[in-house]
Amino acid sequence: MNVLSAIAAVFSAFCAYLGQVGGLAGETVSSVFAGRIRFGLVLRQISHIGFGSQMVVIVTGAFTGAVFTAQTYFQFARLNMESAVGPVVSVAMCRELGPVLTGLMVAGRVGAAMSAELGTMKVTQQIDALRALAVHPVDYLVVPRALAMLISVPLLVGECIFFGMLAAYLVATKVLGVGSAYYMMNMYKFTDAKDIYMGVIKGFVFAIIIVFVSCREGLHARDGAVGVGRATTEAVVIGSLSVLIANFFLTMFLNIFFPAGISG
Amino acid sequence: MSAVMIDVRDLVQRIGTQEILRGFSIPVIKGETLVLLGRSGGGKSVFLRHLIGLMKPISGQILVEGVDITHFTERQLEAVRRKIGMVFQDGALFDSMSVFENVAFPLRERGERNEAVIARKVDETLALVNMTGHEKKMPVNLSGGMRKRVALARAIVSPPEVILYDEPTAGLDPIVSDSINRLIRRMQRQLAVTSIVVTHDMVSCYHVADRVALLNAGRVYFYGTTEELKQSEDPVIRDFVDGRSDEAE
Repeated sequence: MNVLSAIAAVFSAFCAYLGQVGGLAGETVSSVFAGRIRFGLVLRQISHIGFGSQMVVIVTGAFTGAVFTAQTYFQFARLNMESAVGPVVSVAMCRELGPVLTGLMVAGRVGAAMSAELGTMKVTQQIDALRALAVHPVDYLVVPRALAMLISVPLLVGECIFFGMLAAYLVATKVLGVGSAYYMMNMYKFTDAKDIYMGVIKGFVFAIIIVFVSCREGLHARDGAVGVGRATTEAVVIGSLSVLIANFFLTMFLNIFFPAGISG
Repeated sequence: MSAVMIDVRDLVQRIGTQEILRGFSIPVIKGETLVLLGRSGGGKSVFLRHLIGLMKPISGQILVEGVDITHFTERQLEAVRRKIGMVFQDGALFDSMSVFENVAFPLRERGERNEAVIARKVDETLALVNMTGHEKKMPVNLSGGMRKRVALARAIVSPPEVILYDEPTAGLDPIVSDSINRLIRRMQRQLAVTSIVVTHDMVSCYHVADRVALLNAGRVYFYGTTEELKQSEDPVIRDFVDGRSDEAE
């Protein structure tokens, strides 16, 4: 009985959490459609989220592409399939590694900053001050961040994919000695626009997950500095795990519309 | 008969298991300064937060110019909040903005786009609270008294009908406290606003109050003028006014 009630309590808490995140998303959507958009703040957030995250995304994408190329080459070389390295790496970068690595990096860098900033504002009554000045916190704080994330993350995914594939090409052709023409020909043959669509769509979904989880954590912070620390940790942990879990389901779902393999 | 600006009726609020307000009722007369006295942790600030909908009561009514706001949504409350300015205990200034940006914030949010008008209004308001010359400073570089002055400037830059002050002199030295008290009085004279001041500072109370209420055990224990407060022989009132505790030395 105790086990059942414990499971029920966990399930109920999980549903309540989903409700809060969903409610925040709903309020944000209704604010956007009501035209309560502060374009100056959106641009500032794009600069912070998009422009500021480029270095971490480029380095992560490039070195993952490089190491993935090396490992794939080491295995494929035993089967004399060196020229297949290009398509394997490019498809993996487009469909999985690009969006997931970007999602994880953004959850760590941006999600943590968002929840810490909103959490600090919450515990120092700055959010109450906003409300007292007749400014809805969702309009002022969440809408600009959500729009900036929706614009920035898919672009960051594209950047991560591009630099991953560039690093892969350089490692394969300049370091490991794969013929450039074979590499490019096979890469073009097996990589399709649908692979990039899949990565970009995943980027959109991850942006939604990260921004609403992080904002929810920040807006519910309490108990001073300890509470802000807790909110920040939870934003990163929940955001990252949600990205990984959502990625599996997205892969299965999107594969219906964008099946892997040669499109013909 | 004086007009009632805010009428609070039978307000009940509980935090955890503790009942903070137990049927709290009080009228706030238009154009007057009401000082709400009470012990620390007695629910004064909680009461103040209800007046602009930052907290919802368990039961009771808050009538602002005759309209009950207790069931208002966050969006509906925005119209009420434009009439009521609040000065938070620690100022609650936006720490990512300079003094100028903090004070300009309500103007920009209410649609003012002319930078010259914004600059003029901010300069005038900062002059009113004796903060001229500090426009570029960040809140972290201000003293407690300066933060409260800037918070007051932010609350009055777009003139409200009511100003709520949460412990305006708490933690300040007597001279800065006196300047804040004079400022509250000046606001009332110059802007003809209704003010509610939550405090346990008796000097401040005598300086700014038109009417005084004493909050005790979640209810209004005393409501009257400062003269009536001074003359009261009630032991609960005398203990608070004279600052006596039951503790043995």
